[in-house]
Amino acid sequence: MDLQRKLAILADAAKYDASCASSGSQPRDSVGGRGIGSTEGAGICHSYAPDGRCISLLKVLLTNHCQYDCLYCVNRASSNVPRARFRVEEVVQLTLDFYRRNCIEGLFLSSGIVKSPDHTMEQVVEVARALREDHDFRGYIHLKTIPDASDELIARAGRYADRLSINVEMPTTEGLRALAPEKDESAIRRSMARLRLRIDDTREEARRVVPIRALPGAAPAAAKPPPFAPAGQSTQMIVGADATDDRRILASSATLYGAYKLRRVYYSAFSPIPDAARALPLAAPPLMREHRLYQADWLMRFYGFDHQEIVAEPDGLLRLDVDPKLAWALAHADRFPVDLNHAPREMLLRVPGLGVKAVERLLQARRVRRVRADDLRRLHVPARKVLPFVVADRHRPAPGAPVISPEPPRAAQASLF
Amino acid sequence: MQVQVRLDDATDLGAFRRHARQLLAAGVPPERVEWSAAQAAGEAADLFGEAGAATLPAATAAAAPLAVPPWFVELCGDVILHREPQRHALLYRLLWRLAHEPALRHDPLDADLMQARQMAKAVHRDIHKMRAFVRFTRVVGNDGVERHVAWFEPDHHIVEANAPFFARRFAQMRWAILTPERCVEWNGQALAFREGADRREKPPPDGGEQLWLTYYEHIFNPARLKLAAMRREMPRRYWHNLPEAALIQPLADAAEARSQSMIEAPPTAARRIRAPIPLHLRPPEGAAPADLGELRAAAHACRACPIGALATQAVCGEGLIAPQHMLVGEQPGDQEDLVGRPFVGPAGQLLDRTMAQLGWARETVYLANAVKHFKYELRGKRRIHKTAGQREAEACAHWLESEISLVRPQGLVALGATAARALLGRPVAVQAERGAWLHERGDGRPVFVTLHPSALLRLPDAERAEALGRWRAELALARDTLPAAIAA
Ligand code: SF4
Repeated sequence: MDLQRKLAILADAAKYDASCASSGSQPRDSVGGRGIGSTEGAGICHSYAPDGRCISLLKVLLTNHCQYDCLYCVNRASSNVPRARFRVEEVVQLTLDFYRRNCIEGLFLSSGIVKSPDHTMEQVVEVARALREDHDFRGYIHLKTIPDASDELIARAGRYADRLSINVEMPTTEGLRALAPEKDESAIRRSMARLRLRIDDTREEARRVVPIRALPGAAPAAAKPPPFAPAGQSTQMIVGADATDDRRILASSATLYGAYKLRRVYYSAFSPIPDAARALPLAAPPLMREHRLYQADWLMRFYGFDHQEIVAEPDGLLRLDVDPKLAWALAHADRFPVDLNHAPREMLLRVPGLGVKAVERLLQARRVRRVRADDLRRLHVPARKVLPFVVADRHRPAPGAPVISPEPPRAAQASLF
Repeated sequence: MQVQVRLDDATDLGAFRRHARQLLAAGVPPERVEWSAAQAAGEAADLFGEAGAATLPAATAAAAPLAVPPWFVELCGDVILHREPQRHALLYRLLWRLAHEPALRHDPLDADLMQARQMAKAVHRDIHKMRAFVRFTRVVGNDGVERHVAWFEPDHHIVEANAPFFARRFAQMRWAILTPERCVEWNGQALAFREGADRREKPPPDGGEQLWLTYYEHIFNPARLKLAAMRREMPRRYWHNLPEAALIQPLADAAEARSQSMIEAPPTAARRIRAPIPLHLRPPEGAAPADLGELRAAAHACRACPIGALATQAVCGEGLIAPQHMLVGEQPGDQEDLVGRPFVGPAGQLLDRTMAQLGWARETVYLANAVKHFKYELRGKRRIHKTAGQREAEACAHWLESEISLVRPQGLVALGATAARALLGRPVAVQAERGAWLHERGDGRPVFVTLHPSALLRLPDAERAEALGRWRAELALARDTLPAAIAA
């Protein structure tokens, strides 16, 4: 099979994984090296597909042969899609070529499971090893680890990769049992715990290293431990393939963040796949629901919201018509209006339309003068959204509950069970 | 009287600062300054225009240089790269106001400052988009040397500021970026700049480009078409220089039909083509585990109480088989849950230290917990230990009993109330019953009750030393007074 065809098949097989970020690693470049590549903290989206998603990494599978039969997955053993397998050197050359064109920040490599977890993981690690050691590639590498691969392979993976991930796929144990009976949720969690411990240990060690004072003129002897997945670990949950509601999805995420210090949980609206299994009546992917989950996730990570307070609706689903912060504010009208000149930071962060940066600026301005309503315009925040919820000099919202959208019709959430 | 200042290079921050400092020292207010820049490189440029030179007031003697906050210098560095011709005037006005309005530096909502920040933001975005959307094409020159050449059209004067980024990234590659205003070339050693190029110098696509187009075509999921979101991040004006952009329309046109056909296609029946991989040995449902490996695997999957679903793994015991003593604690904590071994957290370390003081090697006992999964409450991003309830402990009891019969210890040491209750099958008042062997178990194994090490960690410092002494003495007693031979 020629390379074009393989690439087509193995990119097709990888496009359902939502992770794409290439940020948060240690800064480095290729000056003085033998190869190319750099990471400078923030990742770069080099292109966008017509689905609005960014392309920052060459995201492919090493092979889409898989011995598992997870029903939601296009690569499951019982699916009739065409199969292909890259040779290690082919992925390496593709990565280098796309990188030289400046089309990508690096590689995101995943694989169907063939023969055994260790056999599969070994191939995946070999690609990363060849890139790093044979070609001195300094760009970003994200590897999907296989749960239950041996400790030694995981250790090597973390040495070459910037980020490691393991997908939990289903937000609940029951969901996983129903759709991926061969996968072991407990094994997935054990692997995440193992990654977290290694990441923690490496950081801890790096902090403890005291730079050794070298003799004048001698090169400084830095005894830093080799890095282990400096950009941390992440995971993905498929949304809408089973009946789990948003409240439980967010609870699962909160647990994962708390237990394993994940950098990100990605939510992937389940979308139709070719040759789908009978158990999954297909529909258009619940994209708006996915979007709301990302917003809710953001509230947990950056706005001090607890996962239990985000979904107010009795059916356990996020409102689709308004964003979760606005929904929270509408459901807690008694906490508003908030006085821009006096409210504490935590409460300002709960005002719909005020972002973290805007809140910082307000707090800063407040120290030297009074805040007026027309300051909001210059803060570039959506004043129409903010004003009903705040009091400022020369502004007080109309008495009574804030009126934004008097119970708009709710779009039906797609549910497949 | 107007003062005219002509800049040799409109983006030279150093020159601008020199002029601005001088004007400020001379007390020239911003509304009296007209800034202009030389149009093309090489055009004669005077420090001050004739009109200005004649009228520039002399600097007031010994004017102290103005101290500005570091962020202002940084802001100037960004804004000066903006294509807006009025940017120098804006920056000088800000400098003037910083000198005369002390409150300005603390007011992030000031209109001039906000405008400058917006301009800096636009420059940053342009720098970022250039890093994203420059596309190199491989070109082999007549000399046989391989180079990577790109054509790009930035919005602002960012080529020089952005070039070092590409040099750091592509250090071992010879490359050039051509733009209408300024070109930059890297020969592997140094950056060289020259004036702008013509669009016709853009290199034609090389042979490998088709692979990139294939990738772009296949990483797109037709069921998720979202053109507006795409255009927001990759505005149309960049498209004519991005090879993949030619695919956008055809992909979008076909998307609806493609995803509809996936939805309508008759689903296939699940059909096994390979045997599943047995990853985890697990005893048949309901059967008692035959060895500790099976016990562990089965307990991992246990969901007899709600704790199991939230923890990482069941933490079974470890240590010597058929030991004299089996020490039983309450339940794994945060560390134990992650590591998968009992007594590795702070409480376990205290137990280790105390046993070491007694010359009692950890390897000569078996250490286990009454409840196998970690119970906690999420507080923010932290997991806070919670004591397992009675119902949970009861649901879990059979795992401990299986473990006891597989490990076959002579005596059992209960650390804390939860362990004591699990081993004796009744509520135990630890303070009242600690320090002696109790003979109540059906299997004849005596149980010695004492504190859990975490209880000692919770004590105030003043009380801890004494309590520790008593605890250590009790452990020694348990070790030394174990009644001989029970029916195993
Ligand atoms: S704590 Fe015990 S009973 Fe509860 S799930 Fe875990 S092993 Fe089962």
